[in-house]
Amino acid sequence: MAKTIYDFPEAEISWCPGCGNFGILTFLKDVLAEVAPDPQKLVLVSGIGQAAKLPQYVKGHYFNGLHGRALPPATAIKVSNPSLTVVVTSGDGDMYGEGGNHFIHTIRRNPDITVIVHNNMVYGLTKGQASPTSSRGFKTPVQANGVILEPFNPLAVAIALDASFVARIFMGFKDHSEEVLKKAILHKGFSLVDVFQPCVTYNKLNTYQWFREKTYFLDSSHDPKNRAQAFQKAIETDKFPLGIFYQQTEKPVFEDQLVAYRDDKTPLFERKPNLDRVQAIMHKLRQ
Amino acid sequence: MSSQRTFQHDISVVLAGEAGQGIATVEQVFMRTLKTAGYHVSATKEYMSRVRGGTNTTEIRVASRPIAAFVDRIDLLVELNPKAVDHVKNRLSSSTIIIADENSVKDLPQLVLTVPFARIAQELGDRILSNTIALGFLAALFDIPSQELIDQVRRSFGKKEGDIIEKNCSAAQQGFDLGRQAAFKHQLSVQIERNPSVKKEMIVGGHEAAALGAVVGGCNFLASYPMSPSTGVLTFLAQHADEFGIVVEQAEDEIAAMNMGLGSWYAGGRAMVTTSGGGFSLMTEGLSLAGAIESPMVIYLAQRPGPATGLPTRTEQGDLDLALYAGHGDFPRAIFTPGTLKDIFLLTAMAFDLADLYQVPVFILTDQGLLDLYHTLSEFPAVTVKASNHIVKTTPDYKRYKFTDSGLSPRGIPGFGEGIVCVDSDEHDEGGYITEDSQTRKAMVDKRMKKHGLLLKDVLAPQFFGEKDYKKLILGWGSSFHAIREAMEQQSDLDTAFLYFRQVYPFPDMAIPLIEKAKEVVCVENNASGQFAKLLRRETGLAVHKKILKYDGSPFSVEELVRQI
Ligand SMILES: Cc1ncc(C[n+]2csc(CCOP(=O)(O)OP(=O)(O)O)c2C)c(N)n1
Ligand code: SF4
Repeated sequence: MAKTIYDFPEAEISWCPGCGNFGILTFLKDVLAEVAPDPQKLVLVSGIGQAAKLPQYVKGHYFNGLHGRALPPATAIKVSNPSLTVVVTSGDGDMYGEGGNHFIHTIRRNPDITVIVHNNMVYGLTKGQASPTSSRGFKTPVQANGVILEPFNPLAVAIALDASFVARIFMGFKDHSEEVLKKAILHKGFSLVDVFQPCVTYNKLNTYQWFREKTYFLDSSHDPKNRAQAFQKAIETDKFPLGIFYQQTEKPVFEDQLVAYRDDKTPLFERKPNLDRVQAIMHKLRQ
Repeated sequence: MSSQRTFQHDISVVLAGEAGQGIATVEQVFMRTLKTAGYHVSATKEYMSRVRGGTNTTEIRVASRPIAAFVDRIDLLVELNPKAVDHVKNRLSSSTIIIADENSVKDLPQLVLTVPFARIAQELGDRILSNTIALGFLAALFDIPSQELIDQVRRSFGKKEGDIIEKNCSAAQQGFDLGRQAAFKHQLSVQIERNPSVKKEMIVGGHEAAALGAVVGGCNFLASYPMSPSTGVLTFLAQHADEFGIVVEQAEDEIAAMNMGLGSWYAGGRAMVTTSGGGFSLMTEGLSLAGAIESPMVIYLAQRPGPATGLPTRTEQGDLDLALYAGHGDFPRAIFTPGTLKDIFLLTAMAFDLADLYQVPVFILTDQGLLDLYHTLSEFPAVTVKASNHIVKTTPDYKRYKFTDSGLSPRGIPGFGEGIVCVDSDEHDEGGYITEDSQTRKAMVDKRMKKHGLLLKDVLAPQFFGEKDYKKLILGWGSSFHAIREAMEQQSDLDTAFLYFRQVYPFPDMAIPLIEKAKEVVCVENNASGQFAKLLRRETGLAVHKKILKYDGSPFSVEELVRQI
């Protein structure tokens, strides 16, 4: 295993042996070491769940907030100090279930953050209930007769919302994953990377082998600038395409459009209240 | 009918009309006109939760001294829609003078001055001008030179296009002439002493007071979801975001707003969320997160009557329990309850420093009644607290939750210094990493709860009004302030004193001997269960003898307090 500045050997990892999260952790640290070489400028943000524990195992700043609520603080951190690189890591339940509303609106907002969703198609931390991405028929102690809901399609939703970067990887394909992740973090704007991640304990359906068999790589015939084509790829479910589905650079970035940064790029922590303007307003109230 | 009437000291003018008839405009222009003439003025509104129709009223009080309370009494009623008289019938007396359109004349015992509002407005080509005619009529009764009135109208409508300004000036002038005639015919005169220094005063409203207080406190991040009556602050700061360098975002919901606020504080921002009870209910998990990660947070909670959607545009002090108990688990908090516009400004500014200093959530609890109050004011109080961050530059060995004697761990932020800043909603160790170690858990709880003691040390003492040897003590918090003060002035009973709480939590324990000393303790609250009285009992074991409660959606009036105290 390559040693990176983000390694944190003291961390007491609470994932099950064989869990797909380990692979994600390894290549994420590699990628971060390359694209975010100053740990002082990187903040990991997560919600709650097994996936959301990832920041605990990285030597770096993190904000490990509430279940489903990673995106609002991630957006605010980026906006409060735009010089920071903000990467979100959370589970599919966290991001697409509890946090679904934030998922939609953060895409609309388009802050320059990267969102990595560990999609294991199950609730790990709470011991195996269905997640929004669980397949129809998937049996759990709660969905005892199998899931009867249509699975949530995060990529199709993101493309429908004209997200600025939409990709899917399978953590079992390390090189491909690293390549896509790197591009996601370097992309300016909201980047979604949905990661197929086997949960060896609670998901006996979507296994390493299943993901290998049920996926294929998008090749050069796919044009990531073509939104309609990207959407078409996103709704393929016989075999799931992997790679960058959609990327566009025209969409204005949230923090760049805020009037608070129009004339003044100072991060918020270095700002002082403009008391002269307060006086000017009070003066107006006297008229 | 001719009836001679002279108004001295204090007059209450009520404008009543449908939503969309422009009462708010008359209110603002009339207030400015009166102020320029040297009168102290205040205005309070009550309005329906609808954009058109219904009946809304504004009460404008004009006096020779600063006034701000709501009175039931109506001296002059301007009726812009025919239903208005009915809407306020309980507040009319035989001496109320009603100014109404010529076509809506009713058989009333009061003196009715009819004005052809509709006809003149029609002649000028726009129904909406009735409000400006009324403005002119009123200005004449107050003996304002017509030129001053016209100047104000020009200033107020100056941004409008086309002939709108001229039409309004003409409407004001015609109203003025009719007002002059009516005053002469009925021998009406206003003889309220004027004070030239009022001319230079501000006209301030609750929303502005809070927003400016926030700026002075160093607010530079606001995430909110619109909800009456909190939206005024959001709007004000959004409109001034650029000059004050404030990040303002309308979040997708209150959950997002609160969690954004916490993210901002984490990254070095000074954040506030503005909301009302329903929205705050959605924020409560985030409030608990503030407790866990020891984040500062400023929560501007503007109350309206609940439960649920309740009465969206009306007033109540019904969310004290909510602010007090919201959020699961034990963690400290502070609750400010300003009762005046000065205090809204001051306490909102102070909330940022207090939150930042002790890394706790701080509430500013206001309500519709107080926020929709406008009045003349010479100065805002001076704010002496620090408006910059209490953050430290981190060192490589930095630990966000380092145990210290005081319980306060110096707060670092990412990207400032060489340390790593980790915050976690799970129970955590000094470094911010998840732990289930029972000793660490207990030590962390103790550390967090120590801050309650620090907050108590800095608590704002209640303000006492009265003589030393009182027998009866009135307890009030927040928006009941002006009505209680004015009711007491009217009674001038030396045995009665008033204790005004600007901070209710942590409970200011210097109040205990003052309460114990009274033979009778009366608590005045705009809610149904006496939430402050319950808090008092829980924190001190002291019971009140009598509760004066009101929960019909309107604020206390001076008259009803005079009757009940
Ligand atoms: C408000 C709230 N509701 C429920 C929970 C319990 N909870 C914790 S994690 C989780 C779901 C975990 O699933 P996922 O987000 O997919 O992450 P995984 O554990 O599978 O990585 C739930 C329901 C919680 N912590 N907070
Ligand atoms: S429960 Fe599943 S997702 Fe969680 S650590 Fe174990 S294998 Fe991984």
